[in-house]
Amino acid sequence: MRTSIAVTALAAALAWAGSAAAQNKTIKIGSLSDQSSLYADIGGPGSTLAAQMAVEDSGMTAKGWKIDVISADHQNKPDVGVSIARQWFDVEKVDVIVDVPNSGVALAVNNVVKEKNKVFLNSGAGTSDLTGKACTPNTIHWTYDTYALANGTGTALTKSGGDTWFFLTADYAFGAALERDTTNAVTKAGGKVVGTVRHPLNSPDFSSFLLQAQTSKAKVIGLANAGGDTTNAVKQASEFGITQGGQTLAALLLFISDVHALGLNAAQGLTFTETFYWDMNDQTRAFAKKFASKMKNGNMPTMVQAGVYSALLHYFKAVDALGSAEDGAKVVAKMKEMPTDDPLFGKGTIREDGRKIHPAYLFQVKKPSESKGPWDYYITKATIPADQAFRPLSESECPLVKK
Amino acid sequence: MSVDSVSETITAPVEVANPRDEQIVFLLMTLALIVAPLFAYPFFLMQALCFALFACAFNLLVGYVGLLSFGHAMFLGSAGYFSAHIAKVWGWPPELAIIAAAIGAGVIGVVTGALAIRRQGIYFSMITLALSQMIYFFCLQAPFTHGEDGIQAVPQGKMLGFIDLSHQMTLYYVVLAIFLFGFLAIHRIINSPFGEILKAIRENEPRAISLGYKTDRYKLAAFVLSATLVGLAGATKAIVAQNASLTDVHWSMSGEVVLMTLVGGLGTVFGPVVGAFVIVAMQNYLAGFGQWVTVIQGVIFVACVLAFRRGIVGEIAHMFKRSL
Amino acid sequence: MIPLLGISTQALFGQLLLGLINGAFYALLSLGLAVIFGMLNIINFAHGALYMVGAFCAYFLLNLLGLNYWFALIISPLVVGALGMIIERTMLQRLAGLDHLYGLLLTFGLALIIQGVFQNYFGSSGLPYAIPRELAGGTNLGFMFLPNYRSWVIIFSLIVCLATWFMIEKTRLGAYLRAATENPALVRAFGINVPRMVTLTYGFGVALAALAGVLAAPINQVRPLMGADFIIVVFAVVVIGGMGSILGSIVTGFLLGLIEGLTKVFYPEASNTVVFVIMAIVLLVKPAGLFGRTA
Repeated sequence: MRTSIAVTALAAALAWAGSAAAQNKTIKIGSLSDQSSLYADIGGPGSTLAAQMAVEDSGMTAKGWKIDVISADHQNKPDVGVSIARQWFDVEKVDVIVDVPNSGVALAVNNVVKEKNKVFLNSGAGTSDLTGKACTPNTIHWTYDTYALANGTGTALTKSGGDTWFFLTADYAFGAALERDTTNAVTKAGGKVVGTVRHPLNSPDFSSFLLQAQTSKAKVIGLANAGGDTTNAVKQASEFGITQGGQTLAALLLFISDVHALGLNAAQGLTFTETFYWDMNDQTRAFAKKFASKMKNGNMPTMVQAGVYSALLHYFKAVDALGSAEDGAKVVAKMKEMPTDDPLFGKGTIREDGRKIHPAYLFQVKKPSESKGPWDYYITKATIPADQAFRPLSESECPLVKK
Repeated sequence: MSVDSVSETITAPVEVANPRDEQIVFLLMTLALIVAPLFAYPFFLMQALCFALFACAFNLLVGYVGLLSFGHAMFLGSAGYFSAHIAKVWGWPPELAIIAAAIGAGVIGVVTGALAIRRQGIYFSMITLALSQMIYFFCLQAPFTHGEDGIQAVPQGKMLGFIDLSHQMTLYYVVLAIFLFGFLAIHRIINSPFGEILKAIRENEPRAISLGYKTDRYKLAAFVLSATLVGLAGATKAIVAQNASLTDVHWSMSGEVVLMTLVGGLGTVFGPVVGAFVIVAMQNYLAGFGQWVTVIQGVIFVACVLAFRRGIVGEIAHMFKRSL
Repeated sequence: MIPLLGISTQALFGQLLLGLINGAFYALLSLGLAVIFGMLNIINFAHGALYMVGAFCAYFLLNLLGLNYWFALIISPLVVGALGMIIERTMLQRLAGLDHLYGLLLTFGLALIIQGVFQNYFGSSGLPYAIPRELAGGTNLGFMFLPNYRSWVIIFSLIVCLATWFMIEKTRLGAYLRAATENPALVRAFGINVPRMVTLTYGFGVALAALAGVLAAPINQVRPLMGADFIIVVFAVVVIGGMGSILGSIVTGFLLGLIEGLTKVFYPEASNTVVFVIMAIVLLVKPAGLFGRTA
């Protein structure tokens, strides 16, 4: 970590005293992520890098702004996340928190940000509650959410002929939400769900569940789980010849880092939705190249890391227009007012519930023979237009939405 | 196989406790904690206090009965869920939510304890570990815990109807009061006739049995008391952090409390408090090191077991030939 | 949902077979734990971490040295076994004469260190390891498609388990081992180097874990945390089997695989929990475990 947040009581007192003098033209960004375990490859150090790149590319320093990026590890513990966020706001005078994968931590931080009237640009967490029940005037959910992924994959696959589904669902709230949203999309598109098996979280072995999915004769097997569960299920599906048998494997939450970890041999044919792929156009390629050259392991950016970059660029525009990052709700309001435009996600808008709107894409993983080299993984199967990609406002439970 | 006939038990408090020493140290500790928010970040202190009570209650079992539980997270976590749910969904005032949650943890303690105390030593550790995994799976799946999202935005409310807990300093002193209550309760238990019997069981269970004590009952009572006090810590923690999550039920939390107690000094009165502050400070202030926190914890574990089995307080006490 | 009673006997048979294969991993891991416990009276908390190291070792052998799966099957346990002997010599040995719980705490700390270091260097999504070419593909058994690799896992682990059992229960070396467990002083009097035997036993126990790791590498993603949660289930298996018993750990391992397989069909949500429920029941009825002697 380039910047550590080691704070002693003394430093705290100094920061307190110093903050009165320095103000207005400073911005402090806190990249709060999982730096070491489950989600470290999705966000983690890469998100901090993306934030630093956003600072460099924004041209804010030339306009007289002084911008700092600090980072910390929430260890996937909500109480640690809350404690860091509070300290950042109270002691370090952080103005905006970015990334925050892990829905539990994100929802906890969401409350603190609102209480302190700062800004929360979430890129890493999936829960659509951030723009639903839990929405606040201080939070923008940037990159994706479970609804968008479930809806994108469910609708697109059903319409292209995969009209019978069997779910392998991780048995907890997140898995159930993914399954519920996908089921809705599938039935709306004229398909049918023929069966579901709920597996415990962190199952080392999926063969039994896969066998049940196989015997169901469903055309699509939907994996409503995440992380290690998804990669193990995919790997064992290839072992049991699921895709060779004519069934399509659809992951409802998957990142390019997972595909990279699986290797094309095991992952080929896998279908899923993302909102960003590094190899989409010249601009994304240029960003990805620069990004990968600065990463310790040479990884290409995930959509979460790209989202951090894109969100901050827009945030800077709003702060620059207002002349101060002090009042979080004001900055977010300004961000919602301005249309977004950045090299990675293109033109878009931010809705009143805090949902950033942009297209989503249905990708399929290439066969090893089709791939031209490392990280050349995806074929774009379909583009889901921005106005259909996310949950319609009419269905939103967000209290900010006037009906 | 005679597992329990070993030369050195897990705790070795040989020196006789001097009540006056203890009183002085207790007063110093209380004073330090009262003025602490002037120097350190109150939110951090509150967390540390909750963990300190957690470690003290854990120490009641390992230090004075010689039972090393590797599943105490189940009480911390489930009490957290109880108090969060009661305060948020049922809308009870915080004091009732905390008390009810602590009792709930005690009830879980009765059931799990009845199973676990059937075995000693390593078996006991592994059984508590397995039982806590069961509780973990339950918390993952029960609808009221909201899976990995946890229970969020728990209202802090007004204690006894007039103490506004959303004010940070007020909350701190309430947490401090709860901690001191728990600490003194444990102190009282240890120094009661009941505590003496527990120590007798630790030193030589067959002899205690032959003296006519139904040792299983005493062990179960100690287990339940420990569970309830851990529940008190967990319930308070949920109100402080305003959320309850799976972290607190996971077995790695059971490992952490062992670490805290080990670092501070197993079987010492003040050790767990010191250990908890050290470990929580480490986790908070080393957060920037991210990746290395687990490794550092592991190294401390190994170092403590190999070289500093008495822990910080134990070593200091040994230096002064006193018991603390 | 799958219709509960509508499941055909053939499909059920397939599920049982898969359960048995998973049981093979439990058996190998709990066997290693039992061997170590028998000799050192230590619950090796680092077992899961060393299982993971075994899998990573296979990955490195393939990607750095170009040595395939079959070499890994031999080299990886040797490497991890050597690592285990170093751990025993430098650390565990110093705990002799102390409460055995200190051994548990020490190995717990070691597990944290090992897993933490691997997480730092290899992230969490893990690394791919392909099924060896010789074992790719599968056989259609009529009622199910059985990948050849799974057949290999069960046959190979059965052989390893039985060989271990034979060595400990039926050979002279095993007799020394068992004797040293009961009365180290007496065995030493016969001129046998007991500390060395202890070191070798620990090395052998963790080598079994590494072997299980290599076997798991082509099935599971090679991840730093692959052993972290798994090992707790294995602890429960060991408690159910009765800790002193070699045969107990093998039989219970396979048996629980079967039970878990059945649970995955009829009540999949509980398939990770069923082991602990059984443990609770066994403890109520037979506190020393199914095959254990009363302590």
